[in-house]
Amino acid sequence: MRENKVMGIIFSDMHDSALGALTENRTTASVPFGGRYRLIDFTLSNMVNSDISDIGIITKSNYQSLMDHVGAGRPWDLARKRGGLAIIPPFASHGGLGIYRGRLEALAGALSYIRHNDAKYVMISDSDVIANVDLRDMVKQHIASNAQMTLLYKTITVGPDLKGEDLTLMTLDEETGDVKDIARYASAKGQQNLYLNVLLIEKTLLERMINDAMSHDQYSMVRHCIQPAVGRMTVKGYAFEGYATKIENMNSYFAAHMDLLKPEVRTELFPKDRPVFTKVRDQVSVRYGLSSKVGNSLIADGCIINGEVYNSIIFRGAKIGKDAVVRNCIIMQNTYVGDNAHLEYVISDKDVLIKDSRTLVGYETHPIYISKGDTI
Amino acid sequence: MLRKKEWIAMLLAGGQGSRLYALTQNLAKPAVPFGGKYRIIDFPLSNCINSGIDTVGVLTQYQPMVLNEYLGNGQPWDLDRNDGGVFVLPPYQKSSGSDWYTGTANAIYQNINFIERYDPSYVLILSGDHIYKMDYEKMLAYHKEKGADCTIAVLQVPLEEASRFGIMNAYPDGTIYEFEEKPPEPKSNLASMGIYIFTWEKMRKYLIADANDPNSQKDFGKNILPAMLNDNQKMVAYPFEGYWKDVGTIDSLWEANMDLLDPKVPLDLYDDSWKIYSRTPVMPPHYVSNEAEIQNSMITEGCTIDGKVDFSVLFYGVVVEEGAIVRDSIVMPGSVIKKGAVVEYSIIAENSVIGEGAKVGQRPEDAEDRDQWGIAVVGNNVKVGKGAVVPPKAMLDHDVQGVE
Repeated sequence: MRENKVMGIIFSDMHDSALGALTENRTTASVPFGGRYRLIDFTLSNMVNSDISDIGIITKSNYQSLMDHVGAGRPWDLARKRGGLAIIPPFASHGGLGIYRGRLEALAGALSYIRHNDAKYVMISDSDVIANVDLRDMVKQHIASNAQMTLLYKTITVGPDLKGEDLTLMTLDEETGDVKDIARYASAKGQQNLYLNVLLIEKTLLERMINDAMSHDQYSMVRHCIQPAVGRMTVKGYAFEGYATKIENMNSYFAAHMDLLKPEVRTELFPKDRPVFTKVRDQVSVRYGLSSKVGNSLIADGCIINGEVYNSIIFRGAKIGKDAVVRNCIIMQNTYVGDNAHLEYVISDKDVLIKDSRTLVGYETHPIYISKGDTI
Repeated sequence: MLRKKEWIAMLLAGGQGSRLYALTQNLAKPAVPFGGKYRIIDFPLSNCINSGIDTVGVLTQYQPMVLNEYLGNGQPWDLDRNDGGVFVLPPYQKSSGSDWYTGTANAIYQNINFIERYDPSYVLILSGDHIYKMDYEKMLAYHKEKGADCTIAVLQVPLEEASRFGIMNAYPDGTIYEFEEKPPEPKSNLASMGIYIFTWEKMRKYLIADANDPNSQKDFGKNILPAMLNDNQKMVAYPFEGYWKDVGTIDSLWEANMDLLDPKVPLDLYDDSWKIYSRTPVMPPHYVSNEAEIQNSMITEGCTIDGKVDFSVLFYGVVVEEGAIVRDSIVMPGSVIKKGAVVEYSIIAENSVIGEGAKVGQRPEDAEDRDQWGIAVVGNNVKVGKGAVVPPKAMLDHDVQGVE
């Protein structure tokens, strides 16, 4: 057995309601992102690249697309005899229905999975953060500082487009790095520490807290587990300095994609030594026709580009027709954009058919969203 | 005891591919990259799995490391099976001594034990240097229907080119009565594609007889097939229609890649019902900047394009910097074309660097001496210095200093 072994728990669906139409038929974790990924790929790959190889994914509904995506975990090298990937669907116990109200209650359903692992620590994460984090450094700090809990955060500027009430923020003791408070501050302005919903905790402590919570009918991780621990236990923050963004709603989803067009963001998100793994689809290289024009765009394999594409992200297997113009768009897998079509600020979900000569123009703050499988 | 299999495939991947020179310095020909995401061997392997064959022996002896690593457990081709799957079969030591594979037939002969584990009724023989999509199941049905002992897939080639191939002379019902290796005056235009189905019982007999013949070159085309024909075994030609290309030379490898850019060429890689599978590293989608211009090309994941790309095939992880031009060329995985460099009619192998302002290759119309013109090749891990010139038809396997 490895000393200081860490196991991982990922919540697949804590933000489903915020993402609206994107999660109508899928969990947050399986929302397509960045041309060929799903949101969970970032969290899963971070864990795998940080030597965490026993990972349970907690899910409650709409998880068919998630199951299809992660499968047995092979792309992440998690198809193992010992450990590897486990999907943990709702588990009815203690008279409950298995449909949890919060992360802590969800963990109660996964208690036997956690208990049977020989890890010393548990890394608990949501699946709505786009970042490439070396979690080994967080574990090192946790051990070195004798912390009982360590919370991953990033210092951000709360501006007009980020509202304080949507964000879980932390106050830290500047000298010790101890967490002094964690809450949603509606009035927060300026520089703030955003909790990235990644928590490292000793496994025996977690098990005790889950049992406690169950006996008191408590369910919230932040309210019933972290907040009471602040001041009573050693709760530390671990600052992540690199690029990180939380997918909170359709606008931040769009903005995160536009970030990908910046070379410095891509360099941070896709370093060669810590790749972001995803399901392999065996697509052909992108075929550019004679009349194609492309600028400032990311294009995934399997696409056929005959028209013009600017400032856009084109997912696997999409086809852009002749003389079509696609500007500031997110075009998901297998979308067909007909000849002469004109699209601006459009997010088209998978398998959308946009017929020849259609025009759809949204605005930066209000991109037009087209549901999976629709025909325009 | 393993379950009996109707058929298995044996893939001859031992060729050194010496006519690909710099490209096969440290890897076997079947492992040479092709078409943006593939290696040559992906085509026969994918054809096998798509035709319902779940057991493939890959016979290899030249520079097997890359090929071995590439095939791994066969998972990308769905060939990681409990019963069967893909096996790399190098020559091995036996109690009676050890032998290199001395010919195509000898390679199969040395692996008779492997084949017999599966007790197949039929054995499909393939080679690892052809680009094509083919349903071998139809060929097997033909083999059974004709009651053949050996079926050879044939392609109609232009008669004037027929003397470059092994030619099958057959009756209208497909029965072969004569076999001519590269005939100066061909009687037919049915060229052997190097794809055979044998009824295993018969094949076994002829392999053993051939192994005991000291004068034999242990070759299918030169020895096994003529011997069977002499004995009046039933041999039939299976006509194949579609795209097929031997990529054993620099020119044919370049042409076959360029064929992918020609919509008239009947090799559709986008067909979901007959996918070609491969093992590729996970990379983000490719990025095209505002400065880039791309026309009639194939570009793969992980590429960053700031320059101009015309009529070219770029493999994964290739970088084309600002002001650089890549025209009528193939750039293999991980290579970098620096600022202002010009690459024309060239093959740049894996992980090479073409320095700033360097010139590699030339268009045939710009060449002073057309007879000396040809595709320029830059081998694996080669650095071409700043401003250096690599002439057309060059075969570069070492670094070139820059010029100031």
